[in-house]
Amino acid sequence: MNNFTNRKYIIGAIFISIGLIFLIRLINIQLINNKYKLDSDSNVLRVITQYPARGLVYDRKGVLLVYNEAAYDLMLIPRQLKEIDTNAFCKLFELTKEEFIEKLTKIKNYSTYKPSVFEKELSTEAYANIQDQLYKFPGFFIETRTLRSYPNKNAAHLLGYIGEVTPGIIEKDNYYKSGDYIGKSGIELAYEDLLRGKRGVKKVMVDVHNREKGRYLNGTEDTLSISGKTLHTGIDIDLQTYGELLMQNKIGSIVAIEPSSGEILCLVSSPSYNPNMLVGREVRKNYPILSKDSLNPLFNRATMAQYPPGSIFKTIQALIAMQEGVITENTGFSCLKNLVGCHNHPSATDVASSIKMSCNPYYFQVFKKIIQQNKAKSIYKDSEIGLAEWSKRVKKFGFGGTLQTDIPGVKNGLVPGVEFYNKWYGEGRWAFSTIFSLSIGQGELGVIPIQMANLAAIIANKGFYYSPHIIKRVDEKATIPDMFKQKNYVGVDAKYFEPIIDGMHRVTSEAGGTARRAKIEGIEVCGKTGTAQNPHGEDHSVFIAFAPKDNPKIAIAVYVENAGFGGTWAAPIASLMMEKYLTDSISNKIKEQRILEANLMNVTPKK
Amino acid sequence: MRNQRSIFKNIDWVTISIYLALVFIGWISIYAAVYNEENSAIFDVSQRYGSQLIWMIFAFIIAFVILLLDGNFFTSFAIPIYGLLMLILVAVLLFGVTVNGATSWFEIGRVKIQPAEFAKFATVLALAKYLSMPNIRIKEFKTKVIATTIIAIPALLILMQNDTGSTLTYVAFIFLLYREGLSGNILFLGVLAILVFVLTLVFGATSMILFGFIIFLLLYAATKYDLKITVFTTLAIISFLIFNTYFEIKDSFIFFGITLILFSIFLFIFTNKKLKDKGSHYLGIFIFVVSCAYIYSIDFAFNKVLKEHQRTRITVLLGEEDQLIKQIKTLEFKMNEETFSQEQKLVIKTDLKTKKESLKELQQGNGWNIKQSLIAIGSGGFTGKGFLQGTQTKFNFVPEQSTDFIFCTIGEEWGFLGTSFVILLYMALFLRIIFIAEKQRSTFSRIYGYGVASILFIHFIVNIGMTIGLVPVIGIPLPFISYGGSSLWSFTILLFIFIKLDSERLFVLR
Repeated sequence: MNNFTNRKYIIGAIFISIGLIFLIRLINIQLINNKYKLDSDSNVLRVITQYPARGLVYDRKGVLLVYNEAAYDLMLIPRQLKEIDTNAFCKLFELTKEEFIEKLTKIKNYSTYKPSVFEKELSTEAYANIQDQLYKFPGFFIETRTLRSYPNKNAAHLLGYIGEVTPGIIEKDNYYKSGDYIGKSGIELAYEDLLRGKRGVKKVMVDVHNREKGRYLNGTEDTLSISGKTLHTGIDIDLQTYGELLMQNKIGSIVAIEPSSGEILCLVSSPSYNPNMLVGREVRKNYPILSKDSLNPLFNRATMAQYPPGSIFKTIQALIAMQEGVITENTGFSCLKNLVGCHNHPSATDVASSIKMSCNPYYFQVFKKIIQQNKAKSIYKDSEIGLAEWSKRVKKFGFGGTLQTDIPGVKNGLVPGVEFYNKWYGEGRWAFSTIFSLSIGQGELGVIPIQMANLAAIIANKGFYYSPHIIKRVDEKATIPDMFKQKNYVGVDAKYFEPIIDGMHRVTSEAGGTARRAKIEGIEVCGKTGTAQNPHGEDHSVFIAFAPKDNPKIAIAVYVENAGFGGTWAAPIASLMMEKYLTDSISNKIKEQRILEANLMNVTPKK
Repeated sequence: MRNQRSIFKNIDWVTISIYLALVFIGWISIYAAVYNEENSAIFDVSQRYGSQLIWMIFAFIIAFVILLLDGNFFTSFAIPIYGLLMLILVAVLLFGVTVNGATSWFEIGRVKIQPAEFAKFATVLALAKYLSMPNIRIKEFKTKVIATTIIAIPALLILMQNDTGSTLTYVAFIFLLYREGLSGNILFLGVLAILVFVLTLVFGATSMILFGFIIFLLLYAATKYDLKITVFTTLAIISFLIFNTYFEIKDSFIFFGITLILFSIFLFIFTNKKLKDKGSHYLGIFIFVVSCAYIYSIDFAFNKVLKEHQRTRITVLLGEEDQLIKQIKTLEFKMNEETFSQEQKLVIKTDLKTKKESLKELQQGNGWNIKQSLIAIGSGGFTGKGFLQGTQTKFNFVPEQSTDFIFCTIGEEWGFLGTSFVILLYMALFLRIIFIAEKQRSTFSRIYGYGVASILFIHFIVNIGMTIGLVPVIGIPLPFISYGGSSLWSFTILLFIFIKLDSERLFVLR
């Protein structure tokens, strides 16, 4: 009929080949290529992080120090954004139109269908304001999160603050994700692992409009978030607050420790700041202000400032000398002012009175006996042997980096040893005469206020200490690390502490004692003054003490920069603190008044 | 001679079985595509699967009525039916309602009818009627003109409705015409032109011309057995390879494809005896020049004539998203540089703006559709995610899922088993129709059969090709499966007229 019958084969072949091409394509995308399976999952799967509440922090009496406050992030999914009344929106959020557009473009450039933060950390008040208006702006919604809050406005250095993790930390610890918060200093840093809790994960499926459509795999891959642990600290917030009050307009620090446990009662560094200043978006505004302040309020002087200890160090010299047997408690030395300067007082006839009067020449001679014990013929070699032994013994008192604590970033301080002087002067080129300033706590010695408080605790305990720590218990269980439960003996027998304690008692109680101002009615106070020479200006005023004399409850160190004689400022501050802690009241209001009114910030430097 | 009582006796049950299978698959897939927990009853007429059931029942009634009619009805009334439908197409332009930008619907109560769908079988009828007339030979110019006119009238009317997708289906008649004697060259060149079009967009005009030139030389040498030319050609090929390496054209598949196409052009020219006699090299050069012009015109048409959204439909397929992102980054970098003057920056700025718009279209418009469609089908794997378990389907990631993208539902929930089964069903249907058509003693019936196969095939290739990312996004339904009364009824009419004609083949010689 026609000649084109064979063309049915060509047409059939075309049909079949298209069918084959489709089949090959389907084999490729459905069987070989795995990419689409993953894409399909990522389309519907949304991993919602369940942030745990960060742990609370209490003081020793159960006063809440740190808690979480709700904050509200205004979120936006640009895809869902409809035409809105921009003017009304800008008015509500106090934005200019330009700011609004700028924010919107930035978010749109990131993603149109993922939620982004439009405005961070609205306060509860701001949230209440906008809550009933928000429905007018589809695409915007509120996500709740928590911020740290500090009801007492004190103890900033102790408590520390939290901030967003840095990329460096994210790289090291895979727990953290960008945008997470982490403790940056103080307790927040030290107990980060306990406080942060554990994040939970909720996997949900969403539809194309990002609306939740149910659990992924029926929730079998979900995990619950676990709240951070509650931390009970040994801090007495009343004492801390009082300490900060006393230290107003002064530069320095107060550290108080309970000798029988090593618990830190207070840790004042002045000047300080309100910890609420470094919360949430306030950080961006306040951090530069604080870090540029010439008085350096962010610097924790109690744990990081290194000072010469001054005369408080004489207690250690006497203890070591007695333990080594180079003196007895009844050894007397005359006050020879040609050896080293001193104030006018009768010569000390025993250890106790030398402490009471803080006689410099006495300790020059005591230290000489420690260093030069005639164990070698050469005085240089002899000094080397003596110093090596001495520095070993001093370090047992927690100086020079041996003190352990749970406060992050505590500095080591410096106890010069043989190597130090060899490096400084050359081997065999120094002897007692080179290093005698150490005898009265001057020279190369560097100690940290917390170490001084620990020294007071050692004397109070007659020979041992517990590593000072903030933690008291976690949740309701007394689970503190073992290192805080073990006694650290300093290698000096308890009996040698008797004359020291006796002397320290007389410092505050007897006529001729260097710190009569530290006397508290009805309580036997033991203390030792120090006046640390400061080449840069006025001497630093130092005082360590504990009370009561029998069964001590508090050991304290006060360090006031550029305040002069130890008995004048540091001693009365210490006594007020101890009285406040022991009796919860102040008997001598005039003494308190004098301290509160004193401004020792602008003392003219000594020429 | 004819037995009126057994209208089912001579009908082709194989075709009808395939038809029923496809319709049923369609219904189930529509149910899955629009399924939600609140309305899960499959007979709920407020939902699409409920309505589809009603359309199906009507379709079966229509099919039954067609089988009851005398086959001569269609031969006799072919031209009037065609005329009537053309009038309706004009009417819809004047009185129709607009949906998605296309004025192609009549609204009767809550039912919408799309006349363009019905114009297809009318056109097949008219073509069959005309071409089966005695003394009509397709070789004659007049015949070609009239046949083309019969096709062009509905095509143009539908184009005027702004329904480009349906218009394109009329290209299908090239198969019918080819079977009836249209030169194979036209079919061949048509396919070739499309391939060169795509390849030019991928590689750029310059590469294509250079490549074509080398192939030309190669074949020229091969036919003339000239040593000098062979050496020259070899050198040219080496330089081309260096050129390609330099410009990092990596996809060896496409490279191979170009070679194959151009090779076939020249093979075709040089092996043709008639041409050889007339001096093939002149013609060869002529064709080469025309090809170059064509290649350059593609460049021009693509960038200047096509509208933005049409352009992206093609660029999406070519996978140019990454390239675009790269270009935008470069431009943004340039914007921040000091070395450019204000005027230059203005140029860069406008360029940047158009590029960004294109990218947006790519990522959110058709690009998004294709991507989601591929994800749906691809994530189905071998056995699929299970009935009603497709997340892409359930959560509306694929648009138009019960109509144009219905194949995604099958791919996602039934996997490769489902998709290959559907493709095999279609292949069986097409081949069965050709097989039956070739058995016809009546020319009208045969031509009509090829018309049915062609129309169904073009829908098959465009619709499925689109969902698996082989064809640009063109919104036409998948026959018998996609949701919609008009399309289901028109395809049913189209097919059942053929079944009726076939059932009478032993008795009637038209």
